[in-house]
Amino acid sequence: MEKYRIDQRKGLEFGIYTLGDHIPDPNTGKRISAEQRIHEIIELAKIAEQAGIDFFSVGESHQEYFTTQAHSVVLAAIAQATEKIKIASSSTIISTSDPVRVYEDFATIDLISKGRAEIIAGRASRVGLFDLLGYKLRDYEELYEEKFELLLKINKEEVVNWSGQFRAPLKDASVLPRPKSGHLPIWRAVGGPPASAIKAGYAGVPMFLATLGGPATSFKYSIEAYREAARQNGHNPAELPIATAGFFYAAETTQQAQREYYPYINEGMKVTNGRGYPKQQFAQGADPRDVMNIGSPQQIIEKILYQHELFGHQRYIAQMDFGGVPFDKLRKNIELIGTEILPAIKKHTAK
Amino acid sequence: MKIVGICGSIVGTKTRTAMNYTVKALAEKYPYVEVAILDLADYDLQFSDGRSYLEYEGDTGFVTKTIMEADAIIIGTPIFQASIPATLKNIFDLLPVDALRDKVVSMLVTAGSPKHYLIAEQQLKPILSYMKAQLVQTYVFIEEKDFYRNEIINDDILFRINRLVEDTVVLTETYSKIREAKEAEYGF
Repeated sequence: MEKYRIDQRKGLEFGIYTLGDHIPDPNTGKRISAEQRIHEIIELAKIAEQAGIDFFSVGESHQEYFTTQAHSVVLAAIAQATEKIKIASSSTIISTSDPVRVYEDFATIDLISKGRAEIIAGRASRVGLFDLLGYKLRDYEELYEEKFELLLKINKEEVVNWSGQFRAPLKDASVLPRPKSGHLPIWRAVGGPPASAIKAGYAGVPMFLATLGGPATSFKYSIEAYREAARQNGHNPAELPIATAGFFYAAETTQQAQREYYPYINEGMKVTNGRGYPKQQFAQGADPRDVMNIGSPQQIIEKILYQHELFGHQRYIAQMDFGGVPFDKLRKNIELIGTEILPAIKKHTAK
Repeated sequence: MKIVGICGSIVGTKTRTAMNYTVKALAEKYPYVEVAILDLADYDLQFSDGRSYLEYEGDTGFVTKTIMEADAIIIGTPIFQASIPATLKNIFDLLPVDALRDKVVSMLVTAGSPKHYLIAEQQLKPILSYMKAQLVQTYVFIEEKDFYRNEIINDDILFRINRLVEDTVVLTETYSKIREAKEAEYGF
């Protein structure tokens, strides 16, 4: 685990992630400027750090209603504005990027942040960027596998010799600068059925698992499949960290949290996926067995501890800003995490 | 209330003829309902390549978005090779898995042989159920002999079409009332 900068004695890591969505507040119909949204994301990282949160990450989506397409640039600003919080991408779409440039960027962010940068490499759930950046959607799988492999190779080897289908060959190439400790933690972003988790296990890389909704036990299959695949391929699952990521919103009571957050999640889903969030499923989300962490601080603590017992994961990453949630609400959430949720979770999971 | 009628093939006229009768019956009995016909023969549609329906452009984007915005859908389809036409299956493939959630879907089938009667039951309904549609269980099955020169000449078919229209509207209204009442209970 040290290789991935995780110290399990300190208990479950708690993080925040944003997709950098830029959506009108459904309660007012108004949308803040892209400038304001980016500054608020940087500010969110700062107050998260002050609240004792371990991790903060920003994703890239190249379409309308998003604003952090250049997510590594935003992360560089966060690196400069913070001192101890870990920072990462969630996700970097490696399929449509050059792994050499991605590595140069993140190694540089690692140096700016003095050793706090990580990469979470994904293959995009929204695929508009394939056309925009000049890639064929039918190469979706292979682009990801080949480029992810190259990214891992660059991380491992200072002098790289490589050839593949989607990029010019590398001959005795030095990819510089090197990160502070020589290498970066690189995670594989996983969603959907266990097949994707199995691939992460085969590769023996840490898994970042999206858990958007439904019973927590459903995601246990992916986690078990990941560990089993890792074991079969000669990796030790005990050395491979797992992060789960999903919706989060805290308020004084569970009912208040549901009332406040539903309009945002519904609107966010509508404009980015074309369908709202079914109320019936959102209502079920309050069940202690559901993976969605929306409720009172006490309920969220119980859920996260239950999930930790079930998954044995090392990091939980909360998405709380989806759908145009205004900044004062985000600040309130960070406050509840810092004063109530985080201390309880650390207390119960630290060794 | 928005209802979309789909003509599921780009070949022939019978499905379109039956759909014209259906839309006319709908407009006469329920003038407040907004009705549109999507005759696939009028559009140049690409095959599904797995992207989100919002990301298709041109005719494909228009057709997928029109269907997604509907409260109810009446699917008219011929039977080809003992199954639904590929053009209609492509429509389903273009849409998300739960695309028909909270939508009522009814069916009208034209066929050259009575032996095709159960095809909608065994091949179309399972797709619609998987996509979470609320089905109008009874469909109208129309044979070649019921048509003569772009007209329906069998009164039984006309009566059945009227009942299909009525059931579609009544079920759409009913389900939306049930849903509203249920959602009001959640308190968020």
